[in-house]
Parts: sequence; structure tokens; C-alpha cells
Amino acid sequence: MYDKEKKLVQSYMNGGISRRGMLRGLASMGMTAATASVLVNAVATEALAQNGFDWKKHSGTNLKLLLNQHPYADAMIANLENFKALTGMTVEYDIFPEDVYFDKVTAALSSGSTEYDAFMTGAYMTWTYGPAGWIDDLNEYIGDDSKTNPDYNWEDMLEGVRNSCAWNGQPGGALGSDDAKQWCIPWGYEQNNLTYNSRLFREAALTVPTNLDELVGTAAEAKAKIDGAYGIGVRGSRSWATIHPGFLSGYANFGEKDLNVSDDGKLSAAMNTDISRAYHEKWVQMIQESGAPDWSTHTWYQAGTDLGAGKSAMIFDADILGYFMNGTGNSEAGNLAFAPFAANPDADAPTPNIWIWSLAMASAGKQKDAAWYFMQWASGPEHGLFGATEKDFVNPVRKSVWADAGFRSRLDTSYPGYVDMHDLSAPGAKIHFTAQPLFFDLTTEWAAMLQKMVAKELPVDEGLGQLEASVNRQLKEAGLG
Amino acid sequence: MSTQTLDAPPARKFKISKRFLPYVLSLPALLVCIGILIPFFTAVAYSLQRYRLSQPWARKYNWGENYLNFMTDPAFWNTLKVSLTYAFLTVGVELLLGLGIALLLQKRSRFNNFVSIMLLMPLMTAPALASLMWKLMTNPGFGVLSYWATLIGIEDMKWASDPSTAMLTVVIVDVWVYTPFIMILLLAGLRSLPRQPFEAAELDGVPRLFVFWKITLPMLTPFLLTAVLFRVIESIQQFDIIYAMTQGGPGDKLTVFQVEAYLNFFQSTNVGRSAALLMILWAITYILSTIFIKNWLRLRERARGDA
Repeated sequence: MYDKEKKLVQSYMNGGISRRGMLRGLASMGMTAATASVLVNAVATEALAQNGFDWKKHSGTNLKLLLNQHPYADAMIANLENFKALTGMTVEYDIFPEDVYFDKVTAALSSGSTEYDAFMTGAYMTWTYGPAGWIDDLNEYIGDDSKTNPDYNWEDMLEGVRNSCAWNGQPGGALGSDDAKQWCIPWGYEQNNLTYNSRLFREAALTVPTNLDELVGTAAEAKAKIDGAYGIGVRGSRSWATIHPGFLSGYANFGEKDLNVSDDGKLSAAMNTDISRAYHEKWVQMIQESGAPDWSTHTWYQAGTDLGAGKSAMIFDADILGYFMNGTGNSEAGNLAFAPFAANPDADAPTPNIWIWSLAMASAGKQKDAAWYFMQWASGPEHGLFGATEKDFVNPVRKSVWADAGFRSRLDTSYPGYVDMHDLSAPGAKIHFTAQPLFFDLTTEWAAMLQKMVAKELPVDEGLGQLEASVNRQLKEAGLG
Repeated sequence: MSTQTLDAPPARKFKISKRFLPYVLSLPALLVCIGILIPFFTAVAYSLQRYRLSQPWARKYNWGENYLNFMTDPAFWNTLKVSLTYAFLTVGVELLLGLGIALLLQKRSRFNNFVSIMLLMPLMTAPALASLMWKLMTNPGFGVLSYWATLIGIEDMKWASDPSTAMLTVVIVDVWVYTPFIMILLLAGLRSLPRQPFEAAELDGVPRLFVFWKITLPMLTPFLLTAVLFRVIESIQQFDIIYAMTQGGPGDKLTVFQVEAYLNFFQSTNVGRSAALLMILWAITYILSTIFIKNWLRLRERARGDA
């Protein structure tokens, strides 16, 4: 690299000039934006190599990763050459679509396969993988100065996100407790808030709802006023994934829980309360009146694409769905806007339940130290900033990336309201479920019960009663209740 | 050269004693059988255990407890009901349609041959792919079938998303995919029937309906039973169409055995319950197969005049 360009990029990295200033400067030297991102990356890697940490310790090692097809994986792959240059390691990976990804992970881990050294996972999945002994507690690496580079800055991770990936393995144990094991390293995460179609809202003279009652009303109004669109997109398939996004975010905002944990550590259903009943009734009414006609088969994919195609007025779902749907290639690109959402009118702020794409280490792996080198690089501040500013590595899990002026201005320009929504919601953003091994059983059953309620097969109070009885029976059978 | 040939010892022929020959001949079958039996008995062992991957410390033999729990578990009885209903409906409709189409195409002609080949197309489509195609066609927002439904006055048809029409929707998809299977089997059967009884009936001026009930159907019964056997076995084990379209929902309307077992294993990592469900499915399939095969053998013997 020429000194002039290098100095310019270093000046940007040190915060001396803005990203726009750097790009303008590089352009005057005949460099494109794409080349600029490579330069930024290369400078960041050079800086990383100079912190005294022996990045070459495992030079020559070949790592194999199991990845989900996702923009986070794309961002990592785009930056992988720098990791190879930094460490002298080589990296192979298998990449699968999400429909089959977790089946592949379960099969690989449960069979004790040594094929994969590290893999992408969700935090909820570690509640199965951890107690089963399939993944390692990463605290022993994070706290080991000989294995972790001094600039890794673990404390830079958003606290709610970091804690949500740590559990002591005791059913009902608090996430992030002192005795918790760090089953995975957060990589990127999703908050659940409102994304709305500002064009449709403007044309139908709608105002952005700020609580559940307003949400129910606005969704109904949107459906009545807008031709060819329904009011609100939320997930509805018979899956745990229906419960964790908007539904649980709103539910937790009323202070409600999924399970009670008694003093002796026994678990019991907590969803059959008066407040929960009222919340379920409003949620069910909202879907019946203004949800997607085929709601009961809707996954994140349908919720997102309908919003991007102008078939729904808004979604109460993952913020990054709105982020991606606002990009080119979607008919409503540029029309989507973002708003924090606290379902409870008495709540101070939103309490989004979160989904965290994380990195975990296979216990059966044979090159764990080398795998940790990859994991700390991929979850480090340098790659986080590169992904967030140059690729679609959104939402980053590091405070330093969220504080980056270039990143914030990029979001502010193209995604109105996104940064404010994130900043307001981040303090309450965490996993609001009770960590326990029956997570998938109980939440799938909860989703099936919601489907029955929406289909009017059962009234809400009766449905909640049945759900409570079934949850308690299953907990008892599993020795947890 | 010739000297060498003469000096060379005669090639020894590898001979197997007659005593061992039957065992050697059946060895490949035995090896295949072992390959099947090992996973089968492993599943039997798992079904007798309390075995969750997420609670390895609690793994132990609980013997028949998984099966006993089913007796008081409404979800299990619902699964049994849904699976049998699905199998009964799909096979029933496919049999009627397959037979009807086969009768229409019975006469050999270029047109009939062309149509029978065209009708096989759905069978060549992967069921999961067919389900996704039908999922799009039945989308209440933009699906072509939803549009057609409005033309005949059915507004707001939600197909697989509605509990009242979910079973109907997946049965339609199954019928679309598998009717050609029954059709081609019965068509082959119809074309292989001896001509004499039909010619005699025609000479005597016997009404067509009478010929169908008294000659065609009885002679076709072994083929019908074969078709039903294959379809029942496959239908009661249905997974791909239902999972791809609804994941077993809405509610528990379509939680057939395979879907329930799959979710129990891959989502809940409850190996014991999943294996017990599959063992019950195996038992049902075994009993049904035995009944069908016994009847098929009886009918074949009767056709030969042995009974």
C-alpha cells in the first residue's frame, strides 16, 4: 500500500476524518469505495498484528466452520483473507440455509463429529448443546491472556447480549450469573421493534403506535384504509420462533414471564395470569382483525418479504428484517422506517427479546486453541466495525461499533429512526425467557396454542389453562417441575 | 510356450460344499438385514429410555414408561387420529381417482399413452417441492387457487392456514402427487387382464356396469390391494408435504407421526419419545401390511384356482 493512502485510512481509523472524507480522499487518488473497504480492513489487520499478541502461533492449521447462510457469514467470508494473512491459518467452511442448518448442527454435535471446529448458533440452542456437553465454556479462553489478544475487549460487548449467551446450566438459572458458563460468543443480534411502511402510513394518515392498544387499533385502521395490504406482520407458524420475537417482547414489557422458578429450583408455568390473559386477548384480536390471512404459516421470511413488497403496513419483529427490506431489490426500499415499541403504556422503555447469532466451539474439536483464534478475530472490534460499515453486519454486538460515527451516520441516512430505536431499546434488550432444557418443547406448544386461539378453536382463558396444565406436566415428566 | 502350458498345474475350481451353499447364497441378504436391524433395535432401545440430549445426566432405562405416558397424553391420541385420517382420506381419494383415470385410459391408443405419460409428471416432482408450489398457489393473498375460489363465490379461503381446511389442503396436494402412482399400477393391471371374459360378456350383451362390478373389479382386486398397500404404508408415514406446508399446524391439526417424531428429535432433542412414536408407527404399518399381504396372497391363490 502507498504511504499516502495508508495515512488517510489510518487517520479515518483513528477518528481523525469521517468515512466520507476518507472515501473522497481515496477517490481523488483513483480508488473506488470497494478498494477503500479492503484498505480499511488491511490497515485494521496490520494494527491488530502489532499489539504483541502471537497471532501466528497456530500458523499452518486448517480450521473448518459450520455456517448458516446469512449476511453475518457473508461479511466474515468477505474479510477472511485478512484472518488468513494475520494468522497463517487456512479456513474451510460448509454453509447451509437456515431451514436445515440446525438439523445439521444437531447431527454433527450429537454424533461427536470432529469435523467442525466452530459453528454459528443461536443462544437458545446452547441451552441444549451446553448441558449435553457438546460445546465448551468459553470463559476459560476469554480470561486467558496467553490465548486472547489484549485488544479483544470483552467488556465492549453489549451487556444484555453478552449475558444472554451465558448460563450456569441450572434449569431456571439466571442468564449471565456469576457462575454462568459462556456457551457462545455473540456475533450479531436482532431486537424486536416496529418497522413500518412510511409511505403507506402517510397515504392512510396513520400515526405510529406507541403501545399495544394503539398497535391493535392502528393495524385495524391500516387494513381498512389500505387496499391490498394487511395491518401487521407477526410470525405465526407452529414453531418456537413465533413466540420469541414481537410476542415475547411485548409480553415481557408487561413484566410477565414464561415460567416461575421456586426457591427449590422447581419450574412451573407462569403464563396463566390476569395480565397475561389480557395480553393474549389483545394479541389474538390483532391477528384476527388485521394479521396476514395465512398468518399460521408465517415465519420471519414471510413477515419480512410482505413488508418489503408493501403487502403489510408494519411488522413487530426483528429490526434487521426491516433493515434488509429497506435495501435495493425490494419494491418498498427506502420507504421503511423504524420505531421503538413498548407494548405496556406504563413502561419506561421497550424490552425487546433478542435473537443472537453467536459463535460456539465444538467440544469434540481437536484444535480448540486455533478455533478460539478464529472466534476472537471474528467477534473482535476490528471485524465488527468492518462488517457494520462495509457489509450488512447489523446489528453489531459491540458498544464501540455502535459509537462509531461513520456507522451511525450510514444508518441515519438510509434507515430513518434505526439508531434512535436501537439506543432506546438496547438497555432492556436481552433474552427474556427462562433458560431451561425444554425451551423448544414449551415454546412450540405455546405457538400451537396461539394458533388455536386465533382460529377460535379455543377461547383465550381456556387455551391458557390447557397450556399451563400441559407445560406443568411436561416439566414434571422431565424432572424439572 | 506350449511346454509351459502343459507343465502348469490345472486351475483350481473354487467349490462350495452343498451343505454351505444356501448360507453363502443368502449372505448378501443377511448383511442387508443386519444393516436394517441394527438401527431398528437401537431405536427399540432408545424408545425404552428416558433420553433427552439436553439432559444427558437423566438418561436411564424407564422401560415401558414412554409408551405408558402416551396412554394419558392427548397429543399422542391426536397424532394417531390425524395420521389415520390422513391415510384413509388420501388413499381413498387416490384409489377412486386412479381407478377412474385408469379405466378411461384402458384402451391402447397413441393419445391414451401420451396422456398416461403426462399424468405421471406429478409423481416425478419431489413432494417437498410440490408442497412449496401448492403453498404458493394456495396463498390467500396472491395464490391462483385462492383467486379461482373467489370466482366461485368462496371468499377468504385460507387453505392450510385455517384449521377447518388444513387437512383438505394437504390431502389435495397428496392426491395430486400420488394419484398417478395408483393410476399407472391399475392401468397396467387392466391391460393385463384376459380378454375372453370381457368378449363373452360383450357377446351376451351384458351391461357395462355389471361387467365392471362382476368381472373387472374382482379380477383387478390383487392390483388394487397392491396399490393400496404401498400407498397406505407411505401415507401413514407422511412427512414432507405436511411439514413443508404447515409444520403440523395450525394448532395440532396435522401433527402426524413423522412430523411429531421429527420435532421431538430435532427440536426438543427428546430421543426417547421420538423413538417410541416411531416404534408405534412401525407397529401400525406392520399390522396393516400383514393384513394386506395375507389378503393379497389369498386372492392370488383364488385366482389360480387353488382355494
